[in-house]
Amino acid sequence: MALLKTTKFISSVGSLTPSLAAIPIRANSWWTGVQMGPPDPILGVTEAFKRDSNSKKMNLGVGAYRDDSGKPYVLNCVRKAEALIASKMLDKEYLPIGGLGDFNKACAELALGPDSEVLQSKRSITVQTISGTGSLRVGANFLSRFHSVAKDVYLPKPSWGNHTPIFRDAGMQLKAYRYYDPATCGFDFTGALDDISQIPENSVIMLHACAHNPTGVDPRPEQWKELSAVIKKRKLLVFFDMAYQGFASGDIDRDAWAVRYFIEQGHNVLLSQSFAKNMGLYGERVGGFTVVCADAEEAKRVESQLKILIRPIYSNPPMNGARIASTILTTPELRSTWLEEVKGMADRIIKMREMLVTNLKKEGSTHNWQHVTDQIGMFCFTGLKPEQVERLTKEFSVYMTKDGRISVAGVTSGNVGYLAHAIHQVTK
Amino acid sequence: MSIFGEVPLAAPVAVFKLSADFREDQCPSKVNLGVGAYRTDECQPWVLPVVRKVEKMIADDHSLNHEYLPILGLPEFRSSASKIALGEDSPAIKDNRVGAVQCLGGTGALKIGAEFLRRWYNGTDNTKTPIYVSAPTWENHNAVFSNAGFEDIRPYKYWDAGKRGLDLTGFLGDLENAPDHSIIVLHACAHNPTGTDPTQDQWKQIADVMKQKNLFAFFDSAYQGFASGNLDKDAWSIRYFVSQGFELFCAQSFSKNFGLYNERVGNLTVVAKDQDNLNRVLSQMEKIVRITWSNPPSQGARLVAITLNTPELFAEWKDNVKTMADRVLLMRAQLKEKLKALGTPGTWEHITEQIGMFSFTGLNPKQVEFMIKEKHIYLMASGRINMCGLTSKNIDYVAESIHEAVTTVQ
Repeated sequence: MALLKTTKFISSVGSLTPSLAAIPIRANSWWTGVQMGPPDPILGVTEAFKRDSNSKKMNLGVGAYRDDSGKPYVLNCVRKAEALIASKMLDKEYLPIGGLGDFNKACAELALGPDSEVLQSKRSITVQTISGTGSLRVGANFLSRFHSVAKDVYLPKPSWGNHTPIFRDAGMQLKAYRYYDPATCGFDFTGALDDISQIPENSVIMLHACAHNPTGVDPRPEQWKELSAVIKKRKLLVFFDMAYQGFASGDIDRDAWAVRYFIEQGHNVLLSQSFAKNMGLYGERVGGFTVVCADAEEAKRVESQLKILIRPIYSNPPMNGARIASTILTTPELRSTWLEEVKGMADRIIKMREMLVTNLKKEGSTHNWQHVTDQIGMFCFTGLKPEQVERLTKEFSVYMTKDGRISVAGVTSGNVGYLAHAIHQVTK
Repeated sequence: MSIFGEVPLAAPVAVFKLSADFREDQCPSKVNLGVGAYRTDECQPWVLPVVRKVEKMIADDHSLNHEYLPILGLPEFRSSASKIALGEDSPAIKDNRVGAVQCLGGTGALKIGAEFLRRWYNGTDNTKTPIYVSAPTWENHNAVFSNAGFEDIRPYKYWDAGKRGLDLTGFLGDLENAPDHSIIVLHACAHNPTGTDPTQDQWKQIADVMKQKNLFAFFDSAYQGFASGNLDKDAWSIRYFVSQGFELFCAQSFSKNFGLYNERVGNLTVVAKDQDNLNRVLSQMEKIVRITWSNPPSQGARLVAITLNTPELFAEWKDNVKTMADRVLLMRAQLKEKLKALGTPGTWEHITEQIGMFSFTGLNPKQVEFMIKEKHIYLMASGRINMCGLTSKNIDYVAESIHEAVTTVQ
């Protein structure tokens, strides 16, 4: 939309819409100079998908879990927790600025492990946030205000699309380190080490704890160990984004391994957690932001400042989702149900990856599709080129983002064969 | 050597510290007249009956899930919430020039509005554009706007401590002297913390000056329905400005009038000149939301939307709201009566002239300290009391304590 100049706007009103010319022109609009915001690329995929009448159409842009019938999945432990909560007839009084205490405690324990030295010495602070985005935003604001030694945040290349604008708006500068290797559809380990070893001291480095978004490519444990050493040598401040704990491998401890290892190695990390995917609580906005500090006293100071940051954004966080998450995490039978269900979701994703590869081979594809099963989590960087993606959409009604990313959550046993067929057609 | 070694300990937010102190107080006759939340005559929080009803409806509806809401929020919430503010028959709504963003409470609505204004209001850098807030105002207004990047936040005269009422001349004078295009934060009704609202005639005068000076109206509406018990009456100021042709923002909170405090239900209503401008504004607000919280929480919005869009539930809600407003009005009447009966020096008409949850008693800091320390009655240093904290059981004790404070503490 072109910027509308004041005079042009007034004169065009009469010619384009004669009836409006009858309305007396008051002062011009305040918003004449406001540009139309760019359309969201992923939303565009979903819009086009909705308009498509092909019965075989597939939406592989969606970043939310779907069951094997392609439907949203409300976890049983969530339903049970909701019933439990309802029976208590709780009031709706404001939460503290830092959120529900029980939730914060359980959230930290989930990430750090119940035997964490950090928790025992009370040298961390966890605040409830508006899911992962809210957590990153609070973190970015905190860094901008209190990490005066360096303004640079290093993101893996590529990273979640929203990381950049969040940190930029908070006043940080964005840089990148090599991460994804398009040649192998895998981890560019040497490139990452090389880049990281040159990052200026005190800079912030963002790491995806597991199930890297958008590539699905995670470092192996031995690789994490080397990364930790280099990062320590460079004296970088580590910011973990963990949006898929439990959802990646099906094992919450395994998925949190990198975070716990880094902490053991002495990194006092920042950590964002989301319960959108692993508890299916997307719209309830459940998340946490943690700062691991030098000691309990510092944690108290940091906590006080986080509250000062949060209050002018939204005062205090929403109760519903945090209460559900907290109930699940702290009620033994609900917790074990949850662990089974999150494993169930992870297993289904893993199975779909395997079936996709099997079906591609059955189709006769001679390409190496190992990365599909090597990668982990909701997303898969297929390696497909933009032209191939376009053909997939136009000829087969398979919708995905131009970078070749698919959401494996959108794949079912019912449509995996069709998907394999389509991919083979555009890549053979 | 920690990177956070230099992070100073921040002072706690006053109103929450007051509640914390109250909680720790062991005195059995303690009274909390601090934080702004409704209490029943048994001094208990009150979950509105209609809320419990709709909650159950939502819980029993297994077709509902927890999927993401759109970035701008639940459509049926946004439109019904705007209708509440602007009126069922709003000409602006009929003209398709009203839109809204579902936000995290009233605070969130102010935040998104502030962030948008800083980027787009009068040119693309409004860091120097003056923001005017009433003297006094809700203590978080300042922080919301300064955190959004506004560097020049100024007071406009509002509370006249001498006559315990509105300083209209001062108010209008400050508006006359404001630089053109300044942004003015107006309390739609039940001014926080003074409880003192302009009359309709005074609002007209305010609107006149603002129109002449091209000042932007940013309404904060946290108590619609809660103030007089009547939704339309409490929204009169907003609707008047709309009828006068203002483009404006209205930050709505459903914390108090729905008792949904902790579900963070808010709505930023945008009234623009036409649909085209509205769409561009909303598209930019969407970008701001995306980097702040991505999309808003669904539970509270669903609840409000169902209530507002279902005739019997809507009627029940209005009734619940009136219940709350009426109890507050009763406490006001009784407190004034008791102070008069005690012969407490000074005039106490302001207690019933003021409206909404809060009353600026006129007690000075020393008297407030006396109330807290000696009487275990907790109120803000400004002398602000939450009328909801008064009950038939404690009102005599509070009246006597105020009397003692006024007569023995200077």
